[in-house]
Amino acid sequence: MNKENSILTDIKSFFAEIGDMTFFAGRFFKEALSPPFEFRELLRQCYNMGNRSLLLVSVTGFILGLVFTLQSRPTLMQFGAQSWMASMVSLSIVREIGPVIIALICAGRIGSGIGAELGSMRVTEQIDAMEVSGTNPFKYLVVTRIAATTLMLPLLIIMGDAIALFGSALIENLKGNVSYLLYFNQVFDALKFSDIIPPTIKSVFFGFAIGLVGCYKGYYCSKGTVGVGEASNSAVVYISMLLFVIDFIAVFVTDIFI
Amino acid sequence: MNSKKNIKPVLELKNLQKSFGDNHVLKGFNLKLFEGENLVVMGKSGSGKSVMVKCLVGLIQPDSGSITIQNQDITSMGHKELDLLRTEIGFLFQGSALYDSMTVRENLEFPLRRHKDKIENFQGTEILVKEALENVGLADAIDLMPAELSGGMQRRVALARALILKPKIIMYDEPTTGLDPITAKEIILLMRNIQKKYHTSSLIITHDVDCARVISNRMILLVDGINYAEGTFEELSNSSDPQVQAFFKN
Repeated sequence: MNKENSILTDIKSFFAEIGDMTFFAGRFFKEALSPPFEFRELLRQCYNMGNRSLLLVSVTGFILGLVFTLQSRPTLMQFGAQSWMASMVSLSIVREIGPVIIALICAGRIGSGIGAELGSMRVTEQIDAMEVSGTNPFKYLVVTRIAATTLMLPLLIIMGDAIALFGSALIENLKGNVSYLLYFNQVFDALKFSDIIPPTIKSVFFGFAIGLVGCYKGYYCSKGTVGVGEASNSAVVYISMLLFVIDFIAVFVTDIFI
Repeated sequence: MNSKKNIKPVLELKNLQKSFGDNHVLKGFNLKLFEGENLVVMGKSGSGKSVMVKCLVGLIQPDSGSITIQNQDITSMGHKELDLLRTEIGFLFQGSALYDSMTVRENLEFPLRRHKDKIENFQGTEILVKEALENVGLADAIDLMPAELSGGMQRRVALARALILKPKIIMYDEPTTGLDPITAKEIILLMRNIQKKYHTSSLIITHDVDCARVISNRMILLVDGINYAEGTFEELSNSSDPQVQAFFKN
């Protein structure tokens, strides 16, 4: 009976948290659309989240392209279908694997970073200090971070996809003697706008989810330094789950319309 | 202080009540702070001193009671009006609460950039930042990060930040907590000098008897959520009430 009660309580608190997060998202839109606008802080956050994630995303993308091509080659060769490699890899990476893997990497780097930063600001009363100095901390800290992740993630994903394709081209060049020109010709022949636009739109939602959950967990952090760790950790867990839900919905909707 | 009875207070609390679930922290607390006065509110740890001062600046919403600052009731104010009024109030947090991603200069510039229209003859942030740091004896720390400062230095920078908009009221939440006795004394003297220089009204929340002795014009003892006793340091320290005496015994 106690176990049932605790499961019920967990389910209730999960849905209560989803509700709170929805209100948090609503407040974001309300505050984002009303002046004053914190452009300077937004640019700083874009630099922090975009520029400082470049190396991680580049390495991840490059290895993703390399490994994917190396693993696929033997199977395609069995069927004599090596010439399909460029189109298969490009479609897989651009439509699905690239956005999801890079978003998950960014959930770990950016989402947990936001959760920990805002969490520690909360427990050390820095957010209160901001409020007392007559500054709206939600606008300054939350709106700028969510806007920055929403703007930066699509760019990071596009760049990560491009580097993954370069990694794939490198393997094809080394192992199959396929020239870069031929490889990228095949890539651009295979890709249509209908393959590029939906994942780009999806990556905007990925970015929004990373910023929203990271900020929510950090902004309402409690229980001292333990709470900061929990905020950071649970931000990554929630974002990862949310990314898969968004991905499922995006694929489902794309399938209906395209 | 009798002469002040006819003067309008700059800050007034009436019948302030605040509970967290079954924990009734404030049960009808009253307070008046007059212009140029240093009022010390003393109480045991967990007695609700910090809750009370956070209600005063709108960080916590009280359950009932009125809070009037410079003749304006803050419980019925909108966000914009409250933010404007907050520029008249300096607040020193217990843990300093410096923005740790910013340098000392940026910490001090932060309130200035937002409210520069409040400063008469504003000629840029540089002069004001340097003046505020000189007031607390830390002009050389201008480009350091908060993590590079000692606890006492952080408290001084926090005090400089609280003063930078030239507020009329300053609230200190446990200004000497966590500091060694020598640094604590330096901070207390600094608070007294600042009060003399800028003629601010100060509300000091503390459980430090030395701090109260040096700085207070008047004291209120907060016990069980109410004003248990009120008077000057001498009056209270000579009180025969055992509960009052308990605060002054070492």
